[in-house]
Amino acid sequence: MTHLLEVENLEVKFALRFGDLTALDDISFHLDKKEKLGIVGESGAGKSVTGFAIINLLSKPGYIAGGRILFEGREINRLSDEELRQIRGNLISMIFQDPMMTLNPVLTIGTQMVETVMAHCRVGKAEARGLALEKLRKVYIPSPEKRLEQYPHEMSGGMRQRIVIAIALLTNPGLIIADEPTTALDVTIQAGIMDLLTELCETEEMGLILITHDLAVVSRVTERIAVMYAGRIIETGLTHEIVGHPRHPYTIGLINSLPGTRRAGSRLEQIPGMMPNLTAIPAGCAFHPRCFFAAEECRRTRPELSAVNGGRHWAACLRLDQTAGPNHLHD
Amino acid sequence: MKAWRRFRGSYFFYSFRRDPVALASFSIFLFLVLVSILAPVIAPHNPYDTSTIDVMDAEIPPSWMNGGEERFWLGTDIQGRDLYSTMLYGLRTSVVIGIGAVLFQGILGIVVGLTAGYVGGRVDSFLMRVADIQFSIPYLIVAIITSAVFQLAFGVGRFEQLAMPLLIVIIGISEWPKYARTVRASVLGEKQKEYVEAARVIGLNPARIMYRHILPNTLTPVLVISTIQVAQAVMSEAALSFLGLGMPVTKPSLGSLIKAGFEYVFSGSWWITLFPGILLVTFTLVVILFGDWLRDVLNPKLYKG
Amino acid sequence: MPNSSTPLLSIRHLVKHFDISGSLLDQLTWEKGRLRRRRTTVKAVNDVSFEIRRGETLSVVGESGCGKSTLARTVIGLYPPNRGKIIYGDQRIDNLSARQMLPYRRRMQMIFQDPYASLNPRMTVARTLEEPVVFHNPSMSGAAAAEKVADVMRQVGVDPKWADRYPHEFSGGQRQRISIARALMVDPEFIVADEPVSALDVSIQAQILNLLMDAQDQRGLTYLFITHDLSVVRHISTRVAVIYLGTLCELAPAADIFSRPRHPYTQALLSAIPRLGEQRSQHIRLKGEVPTPIQLPTGCVFNGRCRYADARCREEVPVATPLGPDALVACHRVAEGKL
Repeated sequence: MTHLLEVENLEVKFALRFGDLTALDDISFHLDKKEKLGIVGESGAGKSVTGFAIINLLSKPGYIAGGRILFEGREINRLSDEELRQIRGNLISMIFQDPMMTLNPVLTIGTQMVETVMAHCRVGKAEARGLALEKLRKVYIPSPEKRLEQYPHEMSGGMRQRIVIAIALLTNPGLIIADEPTTALDVTIQAGIMDLLTELCETEEMGLILITHDLAVVSRVTERIAVMYAGRIIETGLTHEIVGHPRHPYTIGLINSLPGTRRAGSRLEQIPGMMPNLTAIPAGCAFHPRCFFAAEECRRTRPELSAVNGGRHWAACLRLDQTAGPNHLHD
Repeated sequence: MKAWRRFRGSYFFYSFRRDPVALASFSIFLFLVLVSILAPVIAPHNPYDTSTIDVMDAEIPPSWMNGGEERFWLGTDIQGRDLYSTMLYGLRTSVVIGIGAVLFQGILGIVVGLTAGYVGGRVDSFLMRVADIQFSIPYLIVAIITSAVFQLAFGVGRFEQLAMPLLIVIIGISEWPKYARTVRASVLGEKQKEYVEAARVIGLNPARIMYRHILPNTLTPVLVISTIQVAQAVMSEAALSFLGLGMPVTKPSLGSLIKAGFEYVFSGSWWITLFPGILLVTFTLVVILFGDWLRDVLNPKLYKG
Repeated sequence: MPNSSTPLLSIRHLVKHFDISGSLLDQLTWEKGRLRRRRTTVKAVNDVSFEIRRGETLSVVGESGCGKSTLARTVIGLYPPNRGKIIYGDQRIDNLSARQMLPYRRRMQMIFQDPYASLNPRMTVARTLEEPVVFHNPSMSGAAAAEKVADVMRQVGVDPKWADRYPHEFSGGQRQRISIARALMVDPEFIVADEPVSALDVSIQAQILNLLMDAQDQRGLTYLFITHDLSVVRHISTRVAVIYLGTLCELAPAADIFSRPRHPYTQALLSAIPRLGEQRSQHIRLKGEVPTPIQLPTGCVFNGRCRYADARCREEVPVATPLGPDALVACHRVAEGKL
């Protein structure tokens, strides 16, 4: 069976003055229609680079050094620029944290939307306008006709993000990659945007990759997640499995360090230290210097993802026998 | 020593070493400045010493030409001064005026810009309007009026003595608004930052916050425009001298040398004006090239720590 | 243990408006054939009153642009209030001169949001930390100051041997530690923390929150904690004040506000927090958008988006009234007992 998106052993490097730097190492995952995958990690883990690599928008000096990216069975990292332009935005759309990365401040919403439509399909202006209105209604923009005449700065942050989603929908994509789409928004607006994305996946039969640092948001929206650390996926599987029974020490630490999970006023469990710089990733397991479970072998051997709990859950840790323990969530 | 090691390891030094234009322009600049400082030691003749000048030596062509003499490598000017030595002394005058004028305008502009940006409100409006007015008066007019008034009031002899400080002040006065604007713009940006609020929460007084906290963070753009301003000041000096408003012929600068020689170009003595001209162009060119590189590398958007 | 009910600081009817109308020329408009001068003011904080008790953590929550940062900066004295009073202990401090204010400067300090902007990039850590203590104790010797710097650096978990480095050589979390150290240098009793963890990664957030809680235990600090992150609020606060459009909606002990929010806005806000492991939430969808603080709605500022609003809410401004011993709610419907 072909998946909507399949990433196999993806490797991304940055060519820097002192040599190549590995930003992503052996990333593999897949996604089907209507499926929502969360990519979670802290800054520097490589989650945004993963998104950019899929749509081939890596900025210099980054390049794909190995692996394959298949979209509907077609290998898209080997396509020419022209073929790519068709796919990027046509079949895969991307939403960024800052809506102003997508919106042009000096053009009205209408102009930008009509231009996007006309760049991708052969339609007349009136038809393009009709399509724009339809998409604006889909994202629940009140009085869409009026909005078409407005400029981005006349709208609130939440409204702008809805417009960006409407623009992403214009080309009827099969996959949306949303990179921290709600991080800059207030909680009351955040929830609305997340509900909207979830609903659209269902109605438009799209896949969604949600890239975020916020475990709580991911756990609410996605079916599966991949946790990244220092350029690698260290744990992946069904969302409720991982959130309920995390097995990788980093995921366990991350969940326990959330203020919401513990008794108010108590000390939060903290992961000591910080994520290593890509220039100085420790040998063996990259997490071992911060890990409570680390043993001698963790310093030498790099763990690969291995199945726990019958294939619903994979973790890359040499000490999985130690990390099962009681449910760390409710102690 | 520690600072030097830090500097050697920095991105700044790395990109300097890697950029041939930066390397070449900075070396030439350094060489020219050194040569001008050491002019009294290097120069075979002293153009200020009238006893060694002989009018009979006037307009001798460069040594490799017909009629040239070994004593005068680049020939002599119409007063019989050795052109090579006179150029070294002239470069010295030009460099002193250029750097002096930049220091003058820099200090004035920084104080005004810092005050306007930090205090804001009416003080800001007033100071910036003054800067606008200053900017809208061409420096040539300032120079012409000032030197005319000065020559009238104190006589030509006194003017010749005080020409150098006077030029520094004239060029400085006409260019300070550039500094004031640059500094004010970066102060407005820095003022918003939380470290300034932190300093206010500590209770530090405004002067201390302005000079100890904000000023050091606005110096990068100041450094960048300073290089361009040195080149510009040297050219302004040359232009003023060329118009007869600058250095007198007895105290040669590059500008006054070019002017003195210009009248004899068509009578065949082209070297009197050509060699100082080449020197002037070389000097300003290397300063501007170096300034360009500095601007690129210090641009905070490109700067990588 | 000091008496927890004595207010350390109280603010009364605090108002802070910003004039953004620009120069005289910008203010002039042509209206109905006449030239008029029109001023535009942002009404950031409107008639807010509450007390902060010794030793507690009072969190101020609200969405972006609600005026919570302005409130913090007005309390600490960075902005002069337009109206109202700020009383520290028993002394009114909002009308003091810079000189008279100095003794209070070392009792109140502030921690900032952005660890990249809150440290002067041209000053070493040692100089940044020495400055406040030497400024307030001019007679202090260099050695004593250096020792104090090393002391406080150890307390916040930064190795004192890094004192000669510049801020850019540290990570975000370490910079925030240094920023906290700067606030602790003068041994304050009251700290205003403006979103101190929202720019940090999750695992670093926990480290900084622990550090803040430890410092409070060891030094008996009182915090005014400004944040938009409700799970942080729930974890760290004694009491919580909810602000909407520069107006206090509700103030209550943290446990009560999360278990039983009274004000309709608080209810909506709390229902929107995503919780770990929770599928699709039943959050209250607010209609419309936050009005601009330039033109406040008449009556209750929340009336346009409130499910329960009636005619009274559109006309009459609700006053924050005590509800029980510890709580304040500014809502007509709650006061009428209908909610």
